[in-house]
Amino acid sequence: MTRPDPDQLLAQIRDDSPDRKRGQLRIFFGYAAGVGKTFAMLENAHRAIAAGRDLVLGYLEPHGRPATERLASSLETLPIREMDHRGVRLKEFDIDAALQRNPEIILVDELAHSNAAGSRHSKRWQDVQELREAGIDVWTTLNVQHIESLNDIVGEITGIVVRETIPDDVFESANEIELVDLPPDDLLERLGQGQIYLPEQAARAAQSFFKRANLSALREMSLRQAASRVHTEVEFARSRQSATVPWATTDRLLVCVGPSPTTARVIRTAKRMATALDAKWTAVSVDLPGHATSQSVKFQIEQHFRLAERLGAETLTLAGNTVSDTILDYARARNVTKILIGKSSEPKWKRLLFKSVVDRLINTSGGIDIYVIQGDSEQATHSRPSPNRTAIRWSGYGNALVTTIVSALLSYILLRLHVADTEANRVMIFLAGVAFVAFRSGQRPAIAASILAVLVFDYCFVPPFLTFAVSDTQYLVTFAVMLAIGLLISTLTSRLKAQIANARRREQRINLLYELGKELSSLYGEVFLAMAASRTLGEIIGAEIVVYLRHQGKLPYPVNGQQTLVATHEISLPAAQWSIEHSQVSGIGTNTLPSACALFVPLVGTQSCLGALAVRPLDSTNLQGPDVRRLLESAANQLALALERDRSVVDAAESRLRAESEQLRSTLLSSVSHDLKTPLASIAGASSTLLNSDTLDSTTRRSLLATIMSETERLNRVLQNILQMSRLDAGAANPNLQWHVLEEIVGSALKHTAQELTDRPMQVILDPSLPLVLIDDVMLEQVLINLIENAARYTPEGSPISLAAELQRNRLLIRVRDRGPGIPTGLEDKIFEKFHRAGVSADDGKGNGLGLAICRAITKLLGGSISVSNPPGGGAEFTIELPQPNDAPQVRIG
Amino acid sequence: MNPLILIIEDEAPIRKYLSASFVDAGYRVNEAASGEEGLRLAVDYPPDLVVLDLGLPGIDGQEVIQQLRQWLRVPIIVLSARDQEAQKILALDHGADDYVTKPFGTGELLARIRAALRHAASSPTGNVVTFGTVRVDLAARTVHRNHEIVHLTPLEYKLLVTMIRHTGKVLTHRFLLREVWGPNDVAEPHYVRVFMANLRRKLEEDSARPQFFLTEPGVGYRFHSAV
Repeated sequence: MTRPDPDQLLAQIRDDSPDRKRGQLRIFFGYAAGVGKTFAMLENAHRAIAAGRDLVLGYLEPHGRPATERLASSLETLPIREMDHRGVRLKEFDIDAALQRNPEIILVDELAHSNAAGSRHSKRWQDVQELREAGIDVWTTLNVQHIESLNDIVGEITGIVVRETIPDDVFESANEIELVDLPPDDLLERLGQGQIYLPEQAARAAQSFFKRANLSALREMSLRQAASRVHTEVEFARSRQSATVPWATTDRLLVCVGPSPTTARVIRTAKRMATALDAKWTAVSVDLPGHATSQSVKFQIEQHFRLAERLGAETLTLAGNTVSDTILDYARARNVTKILIGKSSEPKWKRLLFKSVVDRLINTSGGIDIYVIQGDSEQATHSRPSPNRTAIRWSGYGNALVTTIVSALLSYILLRLHVADTEANRVMIFLAGVAFVAFRSGQRPAIAASILAVLVFDYCFVPPFLTFAVSDTQYLVTFAVMLAIGLLISTLTSRLKAQIANARRREQRINLLYELGKELSSLYGEVFLAMAASRTLGEIIGAEIVVYLRHQGKLPYPVNGQQTLVATHEISLPAAQWSIEHSQVSGIGTNTLPSACALFVPLVGTQSCLGALAVRPLDSTNLQGPDVRRLLESAANQLALALERDRSVVDAAESRLRAESEQLRSTLLSSVSHDLKTPLASIAGASSTLLNSDTLDSTTRRSLLATIMSETERLNRVLQNILQMSRLDAGAANPNLQWHVLEEIVGSALKHTAQELTDRPMQVILDPSLPLVLIDDVMLEQVLINLIENAARYTPEGSPISLAAELQRNRLLIRVRDRGPGIPTGLEDKIFEKFHRAGVSADDGKGNGLGLAICRAITKLLGGSISVSNPPGGGAEFTIELPQPNDAPQVRIG
Repeated sequence: MNPLILIIEDEAPIRKYLSASFVDAGYRVNEAASGEEGLRLAVDYPPDLVVLDLGLPGIDGQEVIQQLRQWLRVPIIVLSARDQEAQKILALDHGADDYVTKPFGTGELLARIRAALRHAASSPTGNVVTFGTVRVDLAARTVHRNHEIVHLTPLEYKLLVTMIRHTGKVLTHRFLLREVWGPNDVAEPHYVRVFMANLRRKLEEDSARPQFFLTEPGVGYRFHSAV
């Protein structure tokens, strides 16, 4: 059975995808300093330049080798950023200069280099990633010992721990690996000749490093890495050709992650194994709900997870009652074939008494292979910033002591009073004390209290009194049972307490997210959303929160809390920008811009990164622990979705507006070009004929002049309409409301349209009892003129038009009716839109499609409306409806 | 001697064709491109009529009217753009007699000029004024229509007489209120409208299509006697 591997297809699509081209990475790969990586890179650079490529030298580590420097000197070199770090001038690669220069290819030496404090990224490979994101091809150099997963093996071989490493996926993401090889003998010879530049302080270390055996081993590793790359490339090429790959039963690895420092080695082993087997791998840790997990344990696990992620693993925290069952359940569900676990570091006695996780796994794993890895204790590369390790809860032990004394006193009082003074009761009192301590102060003080209780009970209440000696051996059983029960109580109680605390914390968090979600969903406007999220989150975490948002092509800006320390801090803006651009966390506690005063969590929406959440903890411990990070990420996610929803609402409205105005502009253009050009052409033609010809008879001259006259009037009408429409659109027209006699306005409109109405019966029916109406006479006259002209234009010559007005309660109704063809159904509203014409042919070029739009705009401005209908009997009837106050003034005639 | 018309207009093309059409119609013409020049020309060569553009560089049209009106009684016809009702009213209140809205035909303007010159020349001496079928006897204070007596209220009659006395001129609501109701009355513009409507019903053939008592939308009224 064969099927395409979706991941590979996806990778292929990504590679082929033409938009947003990612820069290519070419690594000149060697096994030690001095094999000639930089030289090879520079040689290739010259060849590329000769081929006409735009190539610059971004950064070259000082080598002091004349041949290398000669090659470099003729290349375009970017300026180097010099920075002052505690009095020392440091030279660093200037990523901003590189991005600004934006060459086709850039050369950046030493991929594994760690940047000086104060740089944007703590590692150079991050700079390189950013350059590639920007579409720039990067050529760089790398030695084999700097690959993360090989790091420990190299350490074992050479005895030198290399601190500067690059994640494997960076190496794997290289488009081209150029192996630069030199036999160890030749290398040693070059070293002896002083051709290899080494800093003084490294010289001694180098002596042990540059041993023949070491070099051979390293060389073998580098060759193997390069070979496996070739293998992958061949595989990839084959998959591309055939579009399917043999679907072998692929392995799936699972590595168990714990707080133990040996886990790091287990993870690296898993990585190597996964690579060799070409298998996917997952790193899991198990969260036992009943157990309180200390902050330092959580931190260690989180560090291991990050290591695994860097090495390409998927990470996951499982929840379950026992470690082994939970792991196996998951492994079976996901078809895991191999489980890797570190050798248990539990003491021997404990392993004999209780079976270790490893034993249980082996016993119950069934078909799944279990690999137990010997874990050398290794220094965690990331130490915790400043955990308060020494803060042992002495108060808990104090509590244990006091409680035991109180128990003893109580027992003594009962004894003296001869009330319930049996020994069983005394034991009960002590055990109650233990339970109390367990509940108040946790497991260890409770264990102390149990032991103390047995001792005090023995000393005070077991004959012979005031000695630890025991006369009756029966009591030994009492002690044993008492101790056992005490220990049991303490374990159960503290576990219960932890469970309660855990559950409470989780509930609190879920509640918070729920509340936040509810609040965000009810709000509109990014400022309000940002403020709500900042307030809620800030209260829970104990932090100052500022939301940065970025709009298309602009710098991010703080939406809320512009006066806060975060918003005024100089690194905040770059950090926010970086987080937004890369959709990654930056700032405090991360590798990117760690000198910022806050942690920046990107607000990643479904389509893009909208901004970043800047979190400045009021207490530095507030941000520690993976669950805070996770909480922040969930909250950021919620906020991002809310912002996105908000933006999409705004965007939809804006794009509708834009589309409308775009449509309007284009109709305006076409309408204007038609309506203005036609009369202009007539005028120009007629007037030029008059000017150029002396032989025209007077009749022709007159008719040409008449054309000029009428076309000018038409031009004027079009212009007036456009001007008036734009004035109404811009809201620049203010109605001048006064009490008017409607008849007067109608009369004025009729006089204005006298020309259009020649040969037409025009009937005017005005209610004689019509009171004064509150109206803008000029505007209403305009509406009436437009309606009458419209009727005259679109109805057959000689057909009657009528105008009627009446007052219905608070509404003035004016109806203009014609006896034409009526309005086609479905267009009753459309005809009031700008530049709509009831049929271009019928129009005969007389109108410009604005008359009715002006009518609607005016009636709307006057608080009324206009509509059209086809009444029985034929024709169209336009109805203007205008609101009127009740208190029309009465004028006494006399 | 033919009447002298003073054109005050800053736009040369308009000045040019106005001048041409006035000369063609038999008038003498003086042209001024600014308010200042116009005022100077009016002093040096007192015109029989002034055609004035309201939008002038330097001192504007309103100011020119006010200064001219301090000593000059001849008709002033204002040229104004559309939708400038407030400007028109102001010009009329400052003493302009009539206005023409741009763009206008020369025929219309010449008609206005003729009317204005005629009214300026004829002193209102006659006791009887007729228009259409209406006969107004100013001495007897009677109004007949189709030989039948028409009963007018005192204010209606006063309005009618004011209109007749300013035949051809555009009269603003404010002017009519002051003339008819008196300067101290608190009457509002709609009083004029209501009385005008009544006058029309009593004296016009069709009050919705008035022939004599014409409305100047947004500005006021004009009495037009010649049919």
